[in-house]
Amino acid sequence: MRPKDLATEAANTWCPGCGNFAILNAIKPVLAVLDEEGLVAIETVVLVSGIGCHAKIADYVNANSFYTIHGRTIPVATGIKLANPDLNVICFAGDGDAYAEGLDHLIFAAKRNVDITAIIHDNRVYGLTTGQYTPTSPSGFKGRSTPSGLEVPPINPLEMVSASGGTFIARGYSHGIDLLKEIFRSAILHRGFSFVDVLQVCATFFNLYDHYNQRVYALEGHDPLDRVRAEEKMREWDYDSDGPIPLGVFYKKDAPTFGDNFEEQNPRKIDIEDAINKTLERYI
Amino acid sequence: MMKVVEGSYGIADAVRCCSPDVISVYPITPQTHIVEHLSEFVANGKLDCEYINVESEFSSLSSLIGASAAGARTYTSTTSQGLALMFEVLFNVSGMRLPIVMTTVNRALSAPLSIWNDQQDAMAAREAGWIQIYAENVQEAMDLTPQLFKISEDPEILTPSMVCMDGFILTHVYEPVEFLDIEKVREFLPPYRPEYVLDPKDPKTFGAFADPSWFTEFRYLQYQAMERAKKKIEKVSKEFEEIFGRGYGGLIDTYSMDDAEVALVTMGSVVGTAKEAVDELRSEGVKVGLVKIRSYRPFPEEELKIALKDARVIATIEKDVSIGYESALLTDLKGAFYNSPIRAPIVGFAAGLGGRDIGIKQIRKIVEKTSRVLDAGIEAEFEIFDVKQECLQEGYHGR
Repeated sequence: MRPKDLATEAANTWCPGCGNFAILNAIKPVLAVLDEEGLVAIETVVLVSGIGCHAKIADYVNANSFYTIHGRTIPVATGIKLANPDLNVICFAGDGDAYAEGLDHLIFAAKRNVDITAIIHDNRVYGLTTGQYTPTSPSGFKGRSTPSGLEVPPINPLEMVSASGGTFIARGYSHGIDLLKEIFRSAILHRGFSFVDVLQVCATFFNLYDHYNQRVYALEGHDPLDRVRAEEKMREWDYDSDGPIPLGVFYKKDAPTFGDNFEEQNPRKIDIEDAINKTLERYI
Repeated sequence: MMKVVEGSYGIADAVRCCSPDVISVYPITPQTHIVEHLSEFVANGKLDCEYINVESEFSSLSSLIGASAAGARTYTSTTSQGLALMFEVLFNVSGMRLPIVMTTVNRALSAPLSIWNDQQDAMAAREAGWIQIYAENVQEAMDLTPQLFKISEDPEILTPSMVCMDGFILTHVYEPVEFLDIEKVREFLPPYRPEYVLDPKDPKTFGAFADPSWFTEFRYLQYQAMERAKKKIEKVSKEFEEIFGRGYGGLIDTYSMDDAEVALVTMGSVVGTAKEAVDELRSEGVKVGLVKIRSYRPFPEEELKIALKDARVIATIEKDVSIGYESALLTDLKGAFYNSPIRAPIVGFAAGLGGRDIGIKQIRKIVEKTSRVLDAGIEAEFEIFDVKQECLQEGYHGR
């Protein structure tokens, strides 16, 4: 399979220069290669998207896909995975989806370590609705709903997912597709909840290409199994300061995933009648 | 002097004139420019108010509960999915008798994903204990804003309100409007001085637990307040007309109903189109008239009985479906007339769903179908109007 086999006939309506193209152009070859290698059959892939410009990715990749309502990509993906663990479920969500309206779902997916991949198109602005601030917009951000500048600082989603128990935490950037592909591949292959925050530039309403280009660097010689060091690296940039912005896989850990022990807990495996009789005998 | 502005701007300016203390909104999908214009007013010092950008519609209405209980005049606006997400909070607000005013921009509910106009969102919330008044045009939606603050905050009412206006058709179009004069609004709408307010010197509990020996009485009082709101809506509407010179009728309004044999009942922006259709048909000799429902909650049962008493056949046109049984307005209207002497047949049309246009042609078609009831009797009491049969064919992939 070649990446172009994953293309669709849908007309692409993203703006020229949109960072979503990088995510689309990274995910297609990754899925094609994983399919070729026999690691992830394309038929088993389900793409789940939210609401916003990013969500159109479901139209642009020729794979099973599911449009959810705003904020609800992760719970829908969780349901798909639990109902059919043979599927490989990849969420595409915006920063509004994942960090505002649907934040609770992100925390609980990390806490449960459900075996899905969440790729967050973090453009730090509401692009489809033409430029309002999001939870990761920097302080002072002047948007359509904050004309005098945002007074509250942004959240650092990496730290938040780490605190929630995430077992795969990475950051990508929509400029530099090789690193993005590498991250996506590891995220999909990771068993457990994989979280990738992609600094996806909105060329129209919050163009940060120059800003990022001067500050990003790829993590090198970093041991993602070292949680203390990983969290230090996550804190190196708080989405507000001017500091250097590390990219790559910060943290990775093998841990039981949600659903692993469902078989053992299956009530059908317990003889309920026998259990009830035993309990009743105690009172008779 | 009239000015041509976008509907959303008109509403934002009307809200500004009402001097709210706290506005709390989620600014994105689905939202309108109303809240953006308000944020500009606050930033430019044209409106002295706390403006909170929150993380979801659930939070926007929840934060207003706190603000309203603390004695603030509060406002928010949302639409479709946003209103759906507020559902739990809607009941909380009305149960606590907090006079929050919201512009509900009517849009379809997903799935399938849609951003276009219908009235399913507000209709799904009709049981929530909020006053719902539907505006025909931008000016009416603007003028309703101070009226609803006044009604909601009245100590005899203390019930939250929605100004319902059709998404896109009213919010995103440019219409000539007369701006409200803030001084006149101040005269019309006195500052909010609630009797029951969170006060450390006089502690109270809001939203406390009511066991079965209390709960019914809370609902009874809400029901009574909503009944009282009927007179209040009429009264405040007249007061507004005296000061501002614009009137829209009370709970309902009528158009060409004097000798009408076929009566249409509808609400929202389609009323304007229906008036045009009625004029056309009248000029051709068809005795058709129109009843515009302004207040859907409280439901104007008595006014409708008077307005429709001489009609020979009645048709509702509404932009919602109660999947499983007809559409809300049709069922309500039939229910209202069952124990009355009115025996004209009533049929209903769910139309304009998910933004499909209801033009003059469509209304003429509805009148034609309704007139047929007079000769042939009722063939279908309820119809989902304008279904494209070709779309339902197996293998259809067209547009």
